[in-house]
This record gives sequence, structure tokens and C-alpha cells, in this order.
Amino acid sequence: MSNMINTRIYFDKIYALWLREVKVFFREKSRLVASTFTPLLWLFVIGTGFGTSASIASHSIDYQKFIFPGIICMSVVFSSVFFGSYVIWDRKFDFLKSVMVAPVSRSTIFTGKTFGGMTNSLIQVGILLVVGIIIGVQFSPFALIQTIVIVLLLSFALTSLGLTLGSYMTSLEGFQMIVSFVVFPLFFLSGALFPIDRLPQWLSILTMIDPVTYSVDALRNIILGMGSHSLDLDLIILLLYTCALGTLGTYSFKRMKAV
Amino acid sequence: MIRIHNLTKRYEKLIAVDNLSLDIEQNEVLGLLGPNGAGKTTVIHMLATLLAPTSGTATVNGFDIHTDPEKVRSSIGIVFQVPSSDDLLTGYENLKLHTLLYGVAPEIREKRISDALDLVGLTDRKNDQVKKYSGGMRRRLEIARGLIHNPQVLFLDEPTLGLDPSSRETMWEYIKNLVRKEKLTIILTTHYMEEADTLCNRIAIIDKGKIIALDTPKKLKSMIGGDVVKLKLKTEGANIDNLNALPFVKKIDCVEGYVLLNVDDAKKNIPEILKHVEAESVESSSPTLNDVFLTLTGRSIKEQAEGGFMERYVQYDKH
Repeated sequence: MSNMINTRIYFDKIYALWLREVKVFFREKSRLVASTFTPLLWLFVIGTGFGTSASIASHSIDYQKFIFPGIICMSVVFSSVFFGSYVIWDRKFDFLKSVMVAPVSRSTIFTGKTFGGMTNSLIQVGILLVVGIIIGVQFSPFALIQTIVIVLLLSFALTSLGLTLGSYMTSLEGFQMIVSFVVFPLFFLSGALFPIDRLPQWLSILTMIDPVTYSVDALRNIILGMGSHSLDLDLIILLLYTCALGTLGTYSFKRMKAV
Repeated sequence: MIRIHNLTKRYEKLIAVDNLSLDIEQNEVLGLLGPNGAGKTTVIHMLATLLAPTSGTATVNGFDIHTDPEKVRSSIGIVFQVPSSDDLLTGYENLKLHTLLYGVAPEIREKRISDALDLVGLTDRKNDQVKKYSGGMRRRLEIARGLIHNPQVLFLDEPTLGLDPSSRETMWEYIKNLVRKEKLTIILTTHYMEEADTLCNRIAIIDKGKIIALDTPKKLKSMIGGDVVKLKLKTEGANIDNLNALPFVKKIDCVEGYVLLNVDDAKKNIPEILKHVEAESVESSSPTLNDVFLTLTGRSIKEQAEGGFMERYVQYDKH
């Protein structure tokens, strides 16, 4: 009986922290607009612009559709890593302190926040999927479920990464650096914008280290039916990254100073 | 209720809290009074398990801050110096969030939220986002939040910092009301003498991380020699020897045609004095806690703290 109550209390805490993130996300209209607008800009401007000159050799496919899985991952990369910066805000406005002084363990705070970040990413991906249907990308209901699974895994991994970075940093200015040194490399090296089959070796190695590569490839497998690796391999590597980054994030939250 | 034993917090070169020991009884309102940087907030943070002490220990509600931090946190409510509610959420939503974080049972959640809102007078604004609240309302919401899980101990860290005088007095009324209604042990930090004087049963004057005096406000003030009563006698040079015999009169001076008496509790004893002499006019003045601080340290709390740059900066930064 008391076990049941404790379990309920545990999930209540995660629910409360998650709900707060989601409410704030919807109330901060500029967040929603800005984070949806950038991927659309890429999809339409780069997608159309390069589409007229770049030929995706041997893949007889329209460039805009080719980068569509990459743009989905891009939106997840940006929103998830950036989500970490809200930890800095929460600390600046002492909200985080009020949570840390409650009888809530650090790993619970981490979990609640991560779920919040994942939900935010999922909402943006939802908008992009609708746009995808409009531009003529077709996927079955099963493919949709697979897409959501991949998005959630990637988002979990990168939200953990963002929260880890956020837990170590004290200034928002510092977090801007993360954009240059983390977000852009993760995105550009993932092969979101180009096929990764015939890259020079140095670049090929870098793309192999990037977790985003495997989610882009997985989504290409799922949505376009073309990938460089098998879907199973993509999924396994993504899972490994998810576990590793989740553990790192939990550890970082445990050692984070409250004041 | 709270036992602090040799608590110390040392930063590289600075000792913020220096070997501090203090016992706080149940249902007591204890004030930590001292200038900015005296170490008051550091003490609170250590007791709330937000900051690990360098050495020493404390128990809160019987739980050790080192070995039982979660139980300590369940026992306490805390109002931080800078309001910490999420201003995109409504007052109600902020309170709801904290009932969940504190594991308040589902069947009493709504009742506790509405009671807390009533207590701080925010019921009619509960569905407004906190960003629309005034500074005073934000503080009151913090108090409601601090009380939502029915804690045994409430920490108020500079509860009226940055508020205008009338909001400050409203806030005092709410705190007094709280002390009357709830069974609570309250620890309040402040650098406002008047605040400590009106709200606290006992005051620990703290300077450079050490307690330099600990007593009731009245006794602290009587340390510096009681009240001064200034009399203008009807007939100059009248015999005032009989005043010497009164037990509460400590000292008599005659200055420029006035008689200055140093007495305990002037308010109570003036009628008694007037039975013995015929006076044209009577004035009395009481020593303030600032006088006490001045006597103990040779410095004034006021000149370092009132309307200081940091205080204005904090306000500016927040809004």
C-alpha cells in the first residue's frame, strides 16, 4: 500500500515538472514560432535552392524530399540542445532553487525536464510532418510510429546533452557558444543535407561519431526507404547514445550546485 | 525544533558562517538580523540542505541535514530573497506544482491550495499569470507556496526586501496573521530593524558570520540602558530626590532645565514617575535595534544596507 502511494507520488512529481515545461512552451509563443520557423526555412529555401543544382546521384529523388528526414532531425537537435539553456534561466530566476528545496531527487528533476524537452521536440516534429505531407512525402501509419520512436530516442539523448551542458553553465552568453561548438557540428556532420556513402575518410569518421547521423539514416530508411546502414544498426547505436547521455545527464544534475 | 552546532561555511578566503551554534524552539519566531553579507542567507541555505557546510552540523525537525536531507526538505517551507515562482504560470498553477512536488495527498490538494491563497489574500488573482502580479503579491504567493505542504518550519529570507513601505506593512500583517493561525517555527532573516522588532520573539544579531547577541528584542534594547524620559518640571529646581528611590530608574541627569531619566519600559512607568513630580511636559524615546548593533560593532546596519545598490539592482534585475 505505502509502496503504491510512493510510486504515485514519484509519478506525480515527474508529471508536475513535465506539465510545467509544456505549459511554459505553449505560453512562450516566440519559442514555438522561432523553433518551427528555422527548419521550415531550411526545408524550403535550401531544399528548393540546392534542389535545382544538386543531384543526389543514383538516388533518383527530389532534393527537398531527400533532406526532409534531415530537417526533422535538425529541428530535434536545435530544440533539444537549446532546451538545456532553460536550466540556466530557471536558475537565474530561482525557480530551480524552489524545486531543489522540495523533497524531489535530482534524477527525478532530470527525468521530468527531459520528458518536457522531448514533448516540445515532438510537437515541432508533428508540425513538420504535416508540412511533409503537404510537399508530397508519403508514409504509412506504421512508418509514422517508427518515426516517432526515433524522434523520441534522439530527443532524449540530445535533451540530456543540453541539460548536462546547462547544468554546468552559469551564463546564457556562454550557452550561445554551444550553438557553434555543439549544435551546428551535430547537425552538419549528420549527413542531414548530403548522402554519407561516398565522403572522404576524415569526414566519414566524424559523421560516424555523430549520434544524429544514425537518426537521420533511420528516418531515411523509414520514410524514404533508403539508408546507408540498416535500420537495426541505426536503432542500436541510437539506443546506446541515449543510455550514455541519459546517465551523463543524471550524474550532472546530481552534482549541480543548488545555490 | 532546530539545533545548529558549530556550523561553518568557508569559501576560499572568506568565512561566511563562523562556527555558529544556536537552538531554536518550537513555535518560536527567530530573527537573524544583520547587514548584507553577514551570512544570514548562507545559514538558511545550509539548514535547507541547499548548501553543504564546510564543517559542523544541524538538525531540523529532528532530522540531520547531512544524513536525512529529503526529510529535512519535507519538513520545511522556504521563501527566498528573490521570488522564485514561475511567472508564466498562474498563482494557482505554481501552488499546484508544489503540492505535487511535496506529495500532498490528492484528496486534500485543492483545499490546501485554496486555504493558502486565502491566507495570503490572493484568491481573486489565482488565475492570473504571476508576471502580472505586483512585487508584494509575488512575495505573498511565495509564502503561500512555502506553506502548501504544511511544514513545521518556515524560513523567510528577507521577506520584504525591495518592497515599498506600504507593501512592507501589509506583508507584516500577513506574517503576524500566519504566526497566530498556524503552528509554525519561523526563522526570518532581515536587515530591517523594525521588521525584526515587530515580528520576532527572539533575535540573533549576526555579523561576519557570528552571532554577537541573542535575546528578545526588548532585552536587547535594554542592554543599552533602557528608555530615556525627558521631563520639564513645573517648578525649576524642585526636589526630585524621590525619583531616585524608584526601582526602574537607573540614572538621573539634569540638562538645560530638563530632567533626563534613564528608565526601564518608559511607556509603563511614566504614570508612576508623574506621581512623584509635577511636570509640564514629558517625552520618551526608546533605543532601537540599530542602537544595539551600533553599540556591539561600532557600525550601523542602516548605513550599509538601506536602499543600497544591490537592493535596487535585485529589483531591477527581476522585473
